Amino acid sequence: MASQMKIKAKIKGDVVEVKALMTHPMENGMSKDKESGAVIPAHFIQNVVAKVGDRTLLTALWSGGVSKNPYLSFKFTGAAKGEKVEISWTDSKGATESETAEIE
Amino acid sequence: MIDAKRRILLKGSLAASAIGAAIGAGLLSPRLVLAAWPEAAFNAQNLDDALKGLLGSAAHEPSDKIDLKAPDIAENGAVVPVTVETTLEGATSISLVASGNMMPLVASFELGKGTLPFISTRVKMGKTANLIALVKAGDKVYSASKEVKVTVGGC
Repeated sequence: MASQMKIKAKIKGDVVEVKALMTHPMENGMSKDKESGAVIPAHFIQNVVAKVGDRTLLTALWSGGVSKNPYLSFKFTGAAKGEKVEISWTDSKGATESETAEIE
Repeated sequence: MIDAKRRILLKGSLAASAIGAAIGAGLLSPRLVLAAWPEAAFNAQNLDDALKGLLGSAAHEPSDKIDLKAPDIAENGAVVPVTVETTLEGATSISLVASGNMMPLVASFELGKGTLPFISTRVKMGKTANLIALVKAGDKVYSASKEVKVTVGGC
């Protein structure tokens, strides 16, 4: 599956700053279709895991209250240029997406 | 009600099988599966119930060591940028709550070893309300809040 996620990981001193942009409708199950008026079923990312190698950097639990096409930024230490940061998500329908980025 | 429960059950089993398949394919570590999505906390309609569901207790103490950045006025409630940073020692998780939302708990982030207590993301806010950041450090939960005026609700 081609990932639509964009990740940037930049090291400054010993701190790596990660910025990620995911593509997802993040429907919270409360909004209505503008034309038909039907409630759009909930469909949102529930779990996000960020790793460098085997080390888990961040585990996020999300609701449909996170904005559409979610943006996430975090920082960590203990990695070097060239190492790979991997971010994966799982949504409420069980779909997953995963992407990696080299630390620059 | 029975029908609604059936939906949830159906959804749950579907999700479980998909995750199972993902593990099989080596996409996910089993650890992710253990971090079950706390449905009760996310479906809770007030802060106390959400906190009990997520952290086991509704107790939290205001702290000026948490820096919560959000706009004073959000013209579009569908996209409210939020940044949380803390100087509290030993912070292990950061959670975000939009107190005016029908389901206030928006997100929770568990920080791994070496991950700095810093999170930046974008959330939806249904109306003008307090945005609350909760930081778990040691056995205690600390909080900071900021009112965000929402021009057009985004829920």
